Amino acid sequence: MASRGIKDRVAIIGMGCTKFGEHWDKGPDDLLCEAAYEAYASAGVNPDDIDAYWLGTMGSGISGLTLSEPLKIQYKPVTRVENMCATGSEAMRQACYAVASGAFDIVMAIGVEKLKDSGYSGLVTSAPPNDGTEGGMTAPASFSLLAPAYFKKYGLDPDKGKDVLSRIAWKNHRNGAKNPKAQFQKEVSIEAIKNSPKIADPLGIMDCSGVSDGSAAAIIVRAEDAHKYCKNPIYIKALSFVAGPAEGPLSQDYDFTTFREVVASAKDAYSQAGITDARAQISMAEVHDCFTPTELVLYEDLGFSKRGTAWQDVMDGYFDLDGKLPVNPDGGLKSFGHPIGASGLRMMYEMWLQFRGEAGPRQLKNPKLGLTHNLGGAPGRCVSFVSVVGKEVG
Amino acid sequence: MRLMAGIVSYGSYVPYRRLKRAAIAAMLGVTASKGERSVASFDEDSASMAVEAVRDALKAAPPSSIGALLFATTTPPYGEKLNAAIIAAATRMPPNIRAVDLTGSVRAGISAILQGADAASGSKTNALVAIGDARLGAPEGKAEQQNGDGAVAFVLGTEHVIAEIEATASLTREFMDTWRAPGERFGHSWEERFTLTQAYSPLLSKAITDVLAKAKVAPGDLAKVVLDAPNLRAADEIIRAMKLDPARLGDNFALTVGQTGAAHPGLMLAGVLPSLKPGERVLVASVADGADAILLRATPAIAGFKPVRSVGMQIESKGDVSYGSYLKWREILPTEPPRRPDPDRPAGPPMLRSQQWKFGFVGSKCTQCGTPQLPPQRVCVKCRAFDKMEPYAFADRTARIATYAIDRLAYSLNPPTVNVVIDFEGGGRFLCEMTDCEPEKVAIGDEVEMTFRRLFTADGVHNYFWKARPKR
Repeated sequence: MASRGIKDRVAIIGMGCTKFGEHWDKGPDDLLCEAAYEAYASAGVNPDDIDAYWLGTMGSGISGLTLSEPLKIQYKPVTRVENMCATGSEAMRQACYAVASGAFDIVMAIGVEKLKDSGYSGLVTSAPPNDGTEGGMTAPASFSLLAPAYFKKYGLDPDKGKDVLSRIAWKNHRNGAKNPKAQFQKEVSIEAIKNSPKIADPLGIMDCSGVSDGSAAAIIVRAEDAHKYCKNPIYIKALSFVAGPAEGPLSQDYDFTTFREVVASAKDAYSQAGITDARAQISMAEVHDCFTPTELVLYEDLGFSKRGTAWQDVMDGYFDLDGKLPVNPDGGLKSFGHPIGASGLRMMYEMWLQFRGEAGPRQLKNPKLGLTHNLGGAPGRCVSFVSVVGKEVG
Repeated sequence: MRLMAGIVSYGSYVPYRRLKRAAIAAMLGVTASKGERSVASFDEDSASMAVEAVRDALKAAPPSSIGALLFATTTPPYGEKLNAAIIAAATRMPPNIRAVDLTGSVRAGISAILQGADAASGSKTNALVAIGDARLGAPEGKAEQQNGDGAVAFVLGTEHVIAEIEATASLTREFMDTWRAPGERFGHSWEERFTLTQAYSPLLSKAITDVLAKAKVAPGDLAKVVLDAPNLRAADEIIRAMKLDPARLGDNFALTVGQTGAAHPGLMLAGVLPSLKPGERVLVASVADGADAILLRATPAIAGFKPVRSVGMQIESKGDVSYGSYLKWREILPTEPPRRPDPDRPAGPPMLRSQQWKFGFVGSKCTQCGTPQLPPQRVCVKCRAFDKMEPYAFADRTARIATYAIDRLAYSLNPPTVNVVIDFEGGGRFLCEMTDCEPEKVAIGDEVEMTFRRLFTADGVHNYFWKARPKR
């Protein structure tokens, strides 16, 4: 029994990504078409070349028909995937495994979410019929549980803690300002972030990722076939996904300063990729910054910072675009918003651009290994995805 | 065995919130009477408040001793469906009990005490009487200022009695005092002079005379007198006519709680019981759609009885509510709906399956590793043993806050919503809402206790469940 991974066995040969934002003039069909056709063009393939599809969406449609109908896919397998906020990454993971298994030669992973049509603020999900005892905590409130727990454990006074959180949002907006596909392309001052209206104390509205529409897609082939399509493909080094036992709300020994699911999936991914020191070996990371305290805790869970020191690394600029380990160089969920099914593939799109030297003003100098991370759920009760991707085989 | 039942145990409940009468006056420009009134919170109703009183009453007489449950209120959460069953489930009553709702008149409260005493007399089991009320008065009206919200519960039986019933008297007469048609939110009342002279004074006086005559007791033999009349002048007249010592009168809570409808005579009685010494008598008389009087005499057992939470202590434990919030809580003032979907109604089959959990707050404890957990689990969260659980009740255990969230986005009639992760003494962790708290004062390590509340109502289904509150 082991998680063996598929290091260097599959590669991405083309990607597409819509601009993320309030697409009042586009439905999920439009977004899917745009991302898919951009990916076809990027890989230089025709729709009929694709053998199978994995579609990630949490609520913008059910079944493979959500994709096959607008794209007029000609009687091919389309699998609809849902795994909360890791939905897009999960669609890609399934597509990669299908290629690695030898079942298909060339496949597409695509994700979409149309959030702005509901008329409601924040995310809206519906639960199966139930006994009414499961609380209806909003996402910002769920993740805000991390803040007082982290501050108390590591002796940060609330003001200092708020500075740390604000700097994370400031950094992500600063990166997003350099990204033409981001929802928000403006720098935001620390003061404006710090003083934004409270949503879930100590989180203000500027500690939360935005709500947007978007779609992103990747075309995947066996690594040995990659160069038939493309000069500079990117290679999958590790794919890990875990669902936790949800013991956070049940066990007194969980202290709300970590995501055990993230620790487990990072460990698994690093083992697949042969990484022994993430802080030193990872060149760049796209992590799930749904709320600022999430990103703070992720630095430690992913092994970028030692326990209790991530806040210091934040203040030192370690994760800035010009820092030692740039995190969310594309601007993150903070600048892109979080169309659930698309986010994981949007993160991969930044890896694609950076490895190929196509990231424009955000371009990092010669990145070797990149990491993408998604989580879905809430602290103590979540699913987590970690991938490691690289520019070269080996 | 005694022929007639008496009080075995009792509990009371005064909700945490207070509305200052001056705050009503300031907003509406009407004349304010003195003092303040209690207000059931946005997540409370007559049944949930009754549950709180019953929980205290059952500390001295366990659920297994109960054979009948009578719930009295003029404000039943359901117009059709047994409200008493909610109370039975929340207090983990055995299924083999009689249960009934008594409603339609403020008189239902004292009637329930009389009916409960009858049911328990000559029976091997106790009767549990739960009375809760949260009556609405129209803005600018007298009732809005004078009413209060609260609950009281009595266990009546023939063994371990702390106050025996010596005599009772009742009078019934058809007259227009206060009425409310089905579907109406606010009641109507006839002119005060009419009800005072033609009903309250004569009926109250006759009921008291009758009960004292039956027991051959003189007014001077009464250690305490509890007089509950909607018109306070009726009580004053009785006091003068019978030459009662005002010092022996039980507090009517007019300045602190208000008149709690069906619960009021019981709540006033609960207010005086702690001061009774063995052998002392208390007269309880109430006038509402007729009159009832009960003469009680404390037994030696009263010396050893201490209520879990006295009425006085609960009157002191309080926090203000603004008149604006009160109007929102009672949905008198319509507000803009949130940009969020309405909550789904809880579903019948899952509610039945999880009744012990949802209503009784019973979790499980692993018999293999001893870890308490909630909600109840099949696989142990700690040692992963499968189906080695036994039921484990959490409702009466205290807990401490491990971390918390103040949610300003969630829709609530009382924003912001405070969510807490709490660790129970003896083990077990839960994430739930915290109520009756001041959000800015919530801190890690604070002690909390559990309280039974109505979370929301959807499609006419009231969603009851438990919340944490600061220890009272």
